[in-house]
Amino acid sequence: MHAFKYHRPSSVNDAAALMKGEAKLLAGGQTLVQTMKLRLASPSDIIDLGTIKDLAGIKSDGKTVTIGAMARHADVAHSVDVKKAIPALAALAAMIGDRQVRAMGTCGGSIANNDPAADYPAAVLALNATITTNKGKHEADKFFKGMFETALKPGEIITAVSFQAPKRAAYLKFKNQASRFAIVGVFVADFGGTVRVAVTGAGPSVFRQADMEKALAAKFAPESVANIKVKQDGLNSDMHASAEYRAHLVTVMARRAVEAALK
Amino acid sequence: MAVKVSLKVNGKSVSAEVEERTLLVTLIREQLRLTGTHVGCDTAQCGACTVSMNGMAVKSCSMLAMQAEGADVMTIEGVAKPDGTLHPMQAAFKEHHGLQCGFCTPGMVMNAIDFAKHHPNPSEQEIREALEGNLCRCTGYHNIVKAIGAGARAMAASK
Ligand SMILES: Cc1cc2nc3c(=O)[nH]c(=O)nc-3n(C[C@H](O)[C@H](O)[C@H](O)COP(=O)(O)OP(=O)(O)OC[C@H]3O[C@@H](n4cnc5c(N)ncnc54)[C@H](O)[C@@H]3O)c2cc1C
Ligand code: FES
Ligand code: FES
Repeated sequence: MHAFKYHRPSSVNDAAALMKGEAKLLAGGQTLVQTMKLRLASPSDIIDLGTIKDLAGIKSDGKTVTIGAMARHADVAHSVDVKKAIPALAALAAMIGDRQVRAMGTCGGSIANNDPAADYPAAVLALNATITTNKGKHEADKFFKGMFETALKPGEIITAVSFQAPKRAAYLKFKNQASRFAIVGVFVADFGGTVRVAVTGAGPSVFRQADMEKALAAKFAPESVANIKVKQDGLNSDMHASAEYRAHLVTVMARRAVEAALK
Repeated sequence: MAVKVSLKVNGKSVSAEVEERTLLVTLIREQLRLTGTHVGCDTAQCGACTVSMNGMAVKSCSMLAMQAEGADVMTIEGVAKPDGTLHPMQAAFKEHHGLQCGFCTPGMVMNAIDFAKHHPNPSEQEIREALEGNLCRCTGYHNIVKAIGAGARAMAASK
């Protein structure tokens, strides 16, 4: 790891003031520390968000669940409020990596990183979340721009993510057995009248599946999606799964997610 | 540049001069000389470096020492009683032959103790899921799973 200067700001404003040049934010470090060890990132300054108190909370009014950027995956997985308002979101957090990773990794870090196989982006898109930063707000549909790319401007800091509570929802992922990341993960959320279906792991970045959303809005049942064929064009193909296999998995996981949401 | 980090390790306050880029595991092993915490993969995969930070199991190869400022860290050296009596989880690993070469064991035990606090009577399935972040190249896991079940029940009984 290359040398850097370490900073421990006590407020988001202080952190923002430090975000100059090659500075980088540090949340849980579960991605960034390894990236720095490999020298794929060599920031001049590390701005640790870990001691900013108001970033860690979780709030729910039953309709919206707001998760602070520094809330750990374990906090979300165990939160009574999240379990009550959006059980599928708590279940998603409990599926990330392993328990040690969940003790450190954060909601904000995961969303800012936008790994093509990460879980949180599927929840953000399916639950029509709003991403609040120190500069303003982003809509879910305009946030994820491509592989590891988001609408965040340089130096912009996520402070919280507000998820809308659906009538029913479920997230199912087909795990890579080694890394636990999603080979394909599908989040289905029924808002009564509208349905959102978000797919992670399959493409370069999380995306919505419009055909499935339409079919499920007409009838929220597993058979509505069971015969929808997903095109393999543009999907990921690697040693773990071909694009053709991923395309097939999207339909299978969507059907199972609807089944799970109806339980 | 050297910076100072202050934390508690196995109940004792320590202050150390580290580089800003020093990993927590490097501080523990090379400066504090607590070499029970192992480095298997150095890439967040194997869990051999697992320590407890403020009561939660974390991978000490995947965080900066500076992230542990003010924290209460426990390593495998801090688990047994000062008179050498093994922690119930350690005793269960011994009893159920939950190790062969022993390289993964400190990380297994540190993760298992944290897990058992929340699962006083875990099922085999729960234990296997809890071990997702810990790799063992020797045992095939069966005896580790048995040991953790027994250790968790022993911990609950000794409360
Ligand atoms: C073994 C292992 C298994 C894993 N398995 C999974 C899995 O199954 N599913 C999954 O989704 N993820 C998985 N992860 C990734 C994990 O969830 C990470 O925690 C997450 O991707 C990054 O979160 P972090 O808090 O650690 O962020 P960091 O690593 O600290 O930061 C990641 C990036 O986000 C930026 N950033 C952090 N916080 C903010 C903020 N508030 N505003 C703007 N930018 C910010 C940082 O500058 C950095 O570029 C795994 C990781 C490991 C090591
Ligand atoms: S050495 Fe830390 S996880 Fe392998
Ligand atoms: S006992 Fe040898 S690696 Fe687990």
